[in-house]
Amino acid sequence: MHRLTAIAAASLALGACAGMEAKPKPAAAIHINDDPYPSTYERYPGVVTVIRHATVFDGDGHRIDNGTLVLGDGKIEAVGGPDLASPTGAVEIDGTGKWVTPGIIDVHSHLGDYPSPGTPSLSDGNEATSPVRPEVWAEHSVWPQDPGFSRALINGGITTLQILPGSANLFGGRSVVVKNVAARTTQGMKFPGAPYGLKMACGENPKRVYGSKGNMPQTRMGNIALARATWIKAQAYKRKWDKYYKNGGDMPERDLAMDTLKGVLDGKILVHNHCYRADEMALMIDMSHEFGYKIATFEHAVEAYKIADLLAREGICSSMWADWYGFKMESYDAIKENIPFVHNSGACAIVHSDDPNGIQRLNQEAAKAMADGRRVGINISDEVAWEWLSRNPAKALGILDKTGTLTAGKMADVVLWNGNPYSDYTRPERVWIDGAEMYDANDPKRRPVSDFELGQPGEGDTK
Amino acid sequence: MIRRALALLLLATSTPAAAQTFAIVNGIVARGDGGEPVQGGTVVVRNGRIVAAGSGVAVPPGAQIIDAAGKWVTPGIVAGFSRLGLADVDLGTSAEEGGGGATDTAGSADDTSQTGPFSAAIDVVPAINPLHTTIAVNRADGVTRALVAPGSSKSIFGGQGAVIDTGADMDPVTAARRFQFVELGEAGAGIAGGSRASAHLLFRNALREAAELARFAHPIAVKGERSDDVLLTRFDAAALVPVLRGRQYLLVHVERASDILQVLALKREFSSLKLVLVGASEGWTVADRIAKAGVPVIASAVNDLPASFEQLAATQSNVGRMRAAGVKVSIGMIDDSDTRNLFLERQYAGNLVALTKIPGATGVSWGEALAMITSRPAQAIGMGGEIGSLAPGRRADIVIWSGDPLEGSSAAEQVFIDGVRQPLDTHQTRLRDRYRYLPRRDLPEAYRH
Repeated sequence: MHRLTAIAAASLALGACAGMEAKPKPAAAIHINDDPYPSTYERYPGVVTVIRHATVFDGDGHRIDNGTLVLGDGKIEAVGGPDLASPTGAVEIDGTGKWVTPGIIDVHSHLGDYPSPGTPSLSDGNEATSPVRPEVWAEHSVWPQDPGFSRALINGGITTLQILPGSANLFGGRSVVVKNVAARTTQGMKFPGAPYGLKMACGENPKRVYGSKGNMPQTRMGNIALARATWIKAQAYKRKWDKYYKNGGDMPERDLAMDTLKGVLDGKILVHNHCYRADEMALMIDMSHEFGYKIATFEHAVEAYKIADLLAREGICSSMWADWYGFKMESYDAIKENIPFVHNSGACAIVHSDDPNGIQRLNQEAAKAMADGRRVGINISDEVAWEWLSRNPAKALGILDKTGTLTAGKMADVVLWNGNPYSDYTRPERVWIDGAEMYDANDPKRRPVSDFELGQPGEGDTK
Repeated sequence: MIRRALALLLLATSTPAAAQTFAIVNGIVARGDGGEPVQGGTVVVRNGRIVAAGSGVAVPPGAQIIDAAGKWVTPGIVAGFSRLGLADVDLGTSAEEGGGGATDTAGSADDTSQTGPFSAAIDVVPAINPLHTTIAVNRADGVTRALVAPGSSKSIFGGQGAVIDTGADMDPVTAARRFQFVELGEAGAGIAGGSRASAHLLFRNALREAAELARFAHPIAVKGERSDDVLLTRFDAAALVPVLRGRQYLLVHVERASDILQVLALKREFSSLKLVLVGASEGWTVADRIAKAGVPVIASAVNDLPASFEQLAATQSNVGRMRAAGVKVSIGMIDDSDTRNLFLERQYAGNLVALTKIPGATGVSWGEALAMITSRPAQAIGMGGEIGSLAPGRRADIVIWSGDPLEGSSAAEQVFIDGVRQPLDTHQTRLRDRYRYLPRRDLPEAYRH
């Protein structure tokens, strides 16, 4: 085998010598592995399960009273009314007085990169050594033993989350989307096939973090100038690599930071842009047009209500809180109707947490926002509002074809709530991820306890 | 801004005036004393105080009638531990936000005094601004009173906290210098130089210095009567005299079980101390001992993360388990957006009710959950006879809610403080109204006011 190859190579070389005037054919381009830390997640086994007599919000805006959900081999098999037949041998659950929804998806979490306990040695979310750090990847910081994952599951019904770098930097690095299934490694949690995200930030944080050190950016105009200059470099990098991939030849030098930005310009990596103020979101939109990329979400988007029409036109999602306000100048104009106003304008609204406590009650945050909207005449139904918690986040993360709604064939990421999930008195009763039951309120063994908590006071407590 | 504030004040003095007699009728009334709500209840108010509340209460002739049919009526929420009124925009920058820069608050924050020379002597009263947007936002959500503690200072003693109301007027203080605040857990250890042992020594030394000054009728004015080896300024030492004598409550922030027991042990050394534990995330593990000591606790309601090594046993069942063991528990916002988000207490209280349905968890009844955000915090600092419930004689702080107040989706529709109906518009509601409809009109949005 080796000998044959050597002979072939020799004859090729001779051939090249024979035609002296013909230019050597450039070597074919070698494609860089764009998934060097691949997901090793494997779903856990489940049993075919039928939930009957429950109120179902399918996440796609529909409600089924006395609804039936059939969970099959990792996938949702069927959703319907009381007449829906059960597969033979299926486990039947009586959902009377209970609600069934898609698992909640949080597009903005720092579980794992700002874990509990919040010691400096575990704080790994901001590579605040330069405002431009697209080369860092959140998955290289995430500590899979963060006890916060379990609270998000059992109290919050969170089945999927995006873990982002922090917002100290204009370009904070790549995000990672994970299934909320405990694993020994972060790769073991990675959502198979989910695209990467890029965390960007505008406004106060980058200019405060670097301006206070006497470095650029010190101002908002500095923020924009530095981001634009970076995109110009990324465009040049992309041209070089596009040419190489087309024509082959000498491989250009790789740059990890530019790899990420090229991924954005290629439309493969989704931009999640931390931005509070309306005027700044408009600037970021212009920047995306200037350099030819798309913004998937504005994160926090506290003033989205002021430009909801623009956000609808641009097809950009806003990830918002229900009622956080006033913790910094750029959150001063928060209003409690932000989420319903954005929704009402036809734009994509998402309830997000950015918080290890808030992630445990995103359903209640949606309830508050929905009620605030109704009080000013925006009548969003319970079933439509669930889009803020699962469908729209899935869309923003590029995984709506896989999860986010109770649709036959999608991943069976499902929560059975012990009452109306828009009530403060309601909690998850059972949670399935890919059809595997990962939480049961009635079974103390069917809940995750992180390595960190073993042997500690309160180990395995209901929390 | 000033004109707007004056307009608010004028509105606040409109009907019903404090001196009037009025009755809120037909409501679902809960008194905030731990009892369950009653249908068709009546609340009678005269001269800014509660006359009677509950079912079968007669409406006095001539009383102005407010119909609360289909509504819930409760005492106003008492924020059990807060920094309300001390900051408008506080920029408590988290690590996620890049950290640093707690100075960029445009002079609007007075919640900490880490570089000043004083500690125990600090009195929050001069810092409270009743026109902060935070006060209006919480008033509009039914928070009518708050225990306001100073933040940390250069010492373990933060200073003296007050009880305030959130009324739209320029007189926010209900009780000045009601309590002293001290850090004796992880935060205290940090301030004391890195160890709890040092923090406890600082504490004992401070009370020794106070004892020395306590011999004098005017501890501040007296000259030359102090030992040479003092650490505190005269002001700070003198401020601790009422703590030492049990004339001022001492709120102690600790989370860890062993720290809690160390605080309880202080009573053996300083028998007059009127202790209140603040935080106490691991309180449930030593609940019987807290109960036996009779020390009230103002706890975080739903913290369940081992956010630090002093909170490894944190669970949402903490409040319920302490309560079940006989501890006098109320709810506060300890280091949890404490300058702003006090309105979240009622949601948290509702979450504690939710725990009653979870096997292995310990929740609290609806009536007790409401009491924990109304009468219980008032009782913790000896003001239960004045605020926090609809019992006769209490200040008439009343909220008429659109629905069950422990549901975050319910809203405060009418708020009374000392019997005075309050304006509920805020910076936020004005912005909401300005941007309700976005299509371009004849003039810019700035002209919609």
